[in-house]
Amino acid sequence: MIASPRHKVLPALDKLGVFIAIGLLATLGFAPLMVFRANRIVLGETVDIAQAMPPGPMVVLLASIGVAGVAALLKTSAMMRLIASLAAIAVLAWVVGVSASFLVEGADAVARASPASGFWLLFGIFALMATDALTRMDPKPSLRIGLVLLAGLALAAFLASGIWDDLSVMREYENRAGSFAREARRHLFLAFGSLFMAALAGIPLGILCHQVRAVRGPVLSVLNIMQTVPSIALFGLLIAPLSWLSTELPILRAIGVSGIGAAPAFIALFFYSLLPVVANTVTGLAGIPANVSEAATGMGMTERQRLFSVKLPLAFPVILTGIRIVLVQNIGLATIAALIGGGGFGVFVFQGVGQTAMDLVLLGALPTVTLAFAAAVIMDALVDIMRPSGVQKGSQ
Amino acid sequence: MIDIEHITKRYGEEAVVDDVSMTVERGKVAVIVGTSGSGKTTLLRMVNRLVEPSEGRILIDGKDTHEIPGHLLRRQIGYAIQGHGLFPHRTVAENIATVPKLAGWEKRRIDDRVDELMTLFQLEPSQYRDRHPGELSGGQQQRVGVARALAAEPDVLLMDEPFGALDPIIRAKAQDDLLEIQRRFETTVLLVTHDMDEAMRLGDQIAVMAEGKIVQYADPATLLVKPASEFVDNLVGTADRPFRLLSLRKVGDIVEPGSSEGEPVQPATSLREAYANMLWQGRDTLPVVDDQGNALGRVRMDAISPWAARPA
Repeated sequence: MIASPRHKVLPALDKLGVFIAIGLLATLGFAPLMVFRANRIVLGETVDIAQAMPPGPMVVLLASIGVAGVAALLKTSAMMRLIASLAAIAVLAWVVGVSASFLVEGADAVARASPASGFWLLFGIFALMATDALTRMDPKPSLRIGLVLLAGLALAAFLASGIWDDLSVMREYENRAGSFAREARRHLFLAFGSLFMAALAGIPLGILCHQVRAVRGPVLSVLNIMQTVPSIALFGLLIAPLSWLSTELPILRAIGVSGIGAAPAFIALFFYSLLPVVANTVTGLAGIPANVSEAATGMGMTERQRLFSVKLPLAFPVILTGIRIVLVQNIGLATIAALIGGGGFGVFVFQGVGQTAMDLVLLGALPTVTLAFAAAVIMDALVDIMRPSGVQKGSQ
Repeated sequence: MIDIEHITKRYGEEAVVDDVSMTVERGKVAVIVGTSGSGKTTLLRMVNRLVEPSEGRILIDGKDTHEIPGHLLRRQIGYAIQGHGLFPHRTVAENIATVPKLAGWEKRRIDDRVDELMTLFQLEPSQYRDRHPGELSGGQQQRVGVARALAAEPDVLLMDEPFGALDPIIRAKAQDDLLEIQRRFETTVLLVTHDMDEAMRLGDQIAVMAEGKIVQYADPATLLVKPASEFVDNLVGTADRPFRLLSLRKVGDIVEPGSSEGEPVQPATSLREAYANMLWQGRDTLPVVDDQGNALGRVRMDAISPWAARPA
């Protein structure tokens, strides 16, 4: 009678939530939210939350951080945690724009304001909290794709609203709006185009490796070795043969193939893509239970029917996993193409590095990371959708 | 009818199946029993040409199996294997429809056949048609596997350890169901197993195989009372032999007029079961009744015992 209510005195705390709350407090206490610079390349001075914005937005920001922190700390429902963290991210996105306008207001036209470590830490912590909440909710694949599209819409809305226009990275964008669209197209072409070609060549090659055992070892070894060649070295190695080809064959030059530029980048990405596609095709086909394969033959299927109506459909989720790996890898690797004049978001990254203009680096890096992240989530969802129902995750 | 004529399969020098001949009569169940490595599965797989014989030929209803391409031959022959081998990405109905679809049946005829088989195998079509194999129990998966093998109305059904993955209770039920359906469709069945109890239960004829040869091919009773060799003798098990003999006979064979105390047995009950009931109840006689419980007579222990004895 006396002892029973005692364990109720302290509310149960969430383990991850404790870390999140400590992280939030530490960030608020020690990390500056913004950086202000007199122009785009000088070292900036950091600005604390208190000095970074008018009192109104600051109250909203602190309130949303407080609510999210408490939601993380207590054993609240996953839905509650998701809403609190997403709301905090939205407020953070709004505040960073407001703060930038506040800081550059009245300053020189070349003055820049950008988010500092405090902002990125807060963003990272809330993103962690949202991801954790989503993992706990275990949403259906279609819902996951929907969430990514929703996030994309929200991002587009922020960009269109002009709230972020005074942020340094948006100033960089303004100066390069024309080339940004061109490099974005080039980046997508490099990443998706090389993946498409790799799938076109790699899946049949994987099937061949599966059917003809003697081919498997040599093909996988060659692709493995290719994977270990550093990307810059591979670009370099391709310059000589491609220059030679384009001088010997005018038709290649006519379609834009030369020793430098997009062609060697495309070819290098294609080669890097080949191993995951081929290896996953082989693994997927090998993972089909022997008795399923034997039953297919025993039912009177021809070799071709067995391949197309039983083996490939069953191997498809594994092949798609390979394509997912390639896509995310290619979106990242395509930045390197800029080094040999291949274009893509890497152009901004390397220009930014050259000019020590970090905001320009971000203009190249942020879209790349966002794209890779979205591609990963969407492809994972597709893999889950393709898995036959009743077959448990991981049992294939 | 299956005629296997002097069939041999060699891998290199070694003959896995060595000059085997046997005949399975139309509408009968023949069981090939042997230890692993005896060549029984290879023999079975040569019937539908999953394995091509090195020598000899196999006739089905008088026609040489080499007269048509292998995949067309296999569409005419039912094939069920251990662990069912269902296609996990296809529904139950699609799995069963596999061979009719390959054979180009009309959709309506396929649907009717699928429903017929599912009902026959106690899988309510409306409930199970659109499920995937992963959502079924082991026993249900096995039934779908046999239903799939029978879908295109084959005259011949080959089964390779079809009940090997089932637990004993479900296995007994699956064996009974198979016999019932086999009698209904008058399918000729050739079944491979390593389990002598299963062979005794299912086989009209049993072929005992060892080292690629058929040691003895006979009906179960002959195998028990006149084993051709010590190997067969060991395989049928000397200690259980009287009881196995009893399990081949039914109470209906020896029922006699009269009445008795005790829990009744039915004409279809095996002598083995009736004998066990007598021992358990401590009686010399038991009443025999039909399905409705009408008295048919009685069965005496003295009448059972001679059936367990070695014939003179």
